[in-house]
Amino acid sequence: MYAALWRILPGARWIKIIQIVVLAGVILSVAVEWVFPWVAATFIQPETSVEP
Amino acid sequence: MPLNIRFRKFFAKNSQFGFTRRAVDNVIGVTGELLMTAGVFVLLFLGWHVWYNDIISGIAQDNAGAALTEEWNTVPITVPEFDRSEGTSSGVANSPEPPVTRSGAAGERFATMLVPRFGATFERAIAGGIDPETVLNDRSAGIGHYSQTDDLGEIGNFAVAGHRTTYGAPFGNIAELRVGDRLYIETNAGWYVYRFRNLEYVWPNNTSVLKRVPESSAKAKGRILTLTSCHPKLSSAERIIAYSVFETFVPRDRGAPAEVAAIKAAG
Repeated sequence: MYAALWRILPGARWIKIIQIVVLAGVILSVAVEWVFPWVAATFIQPETSVEP
Repeated sequence: MPLNIRFRKFFAKNSQFGFTRRAVDNVIGVTGELLMTAGVFVLLFLGWHVWYNDIISGIAQDNAGAALTEEWNTVPITVPEFDRSEGTSSGVANSPEPPVTRSGAAGERFATMLVPRFGATFERAIAGGIDPETVLNDRSAGIGHYSQTDDLGEIGNFAVAGHRTTYGAPFGNIAELRVGDRLYIETNAGWYVYRFRNLEYVWPNNTSVLKRVPESSAKAKGRILTLTSCHPKLSSAERIIAYSVFETFVPRDRGAPAEVAAIKAAG
């Protein structure tokens, strides 16, 4: 998978590295902005209140 | 025998699958890479949940609380009528009968809480209701008022909930409270001053901590502030409860108490 990604990306080695860093940044910010909050609210909501 | 060799032999024997050695190696390789990627994301998520989002939310909540009270300083003071004579029916000297501040509608911020023991810049907004999404997890609030409990200034129990870990953790230091520590609740009228009395650990369904006299059916005579949070940390197995007793009310036109002023200056 990652080997294939490396092959598909165009350009010289350092251009590929830049592209991968940008890609990782985009994926990470999508995760932090939308995916992680959703996962936290849906699956591991800590309960702080007393309820019957 | 390594797993991939075993798979290879299996597929070689069962040639009806029609896989080449290379395809099998690829499938195993990609599966492994996906699993490792998933593992990295789980770790990233935990780091985000327990540290990153907690810290960012905490800073945002402190700023939001300070901004809310800043607004109250610019609008004309709307102190409700109350008896300012000293030594009134509460029986405590220098303790005027406080005005009653009506609790906000669901999600509406109507007060802030300032607690020196919780941090030098601790000022978090209190909103109506205990909805996780719009109040407890929210970066502009953090503390929620149980709407079925009494209003600020009323005889009875003013009960609030807040996270102990994650989402800014307003009550992260709840177990560090010491007897006599002051907790301030600021409204546009002024500051309700409470002093911490004791902690209690209860089951999650023990709603009698919200009674007008907690854990009792006695007739309410004093004013109690009840904080509820989760216990142990990062778990929902039990609840930690902190009780404080009303001490006095400081109207806004008399200026902020020294500890409150220190928090404002540090924030």
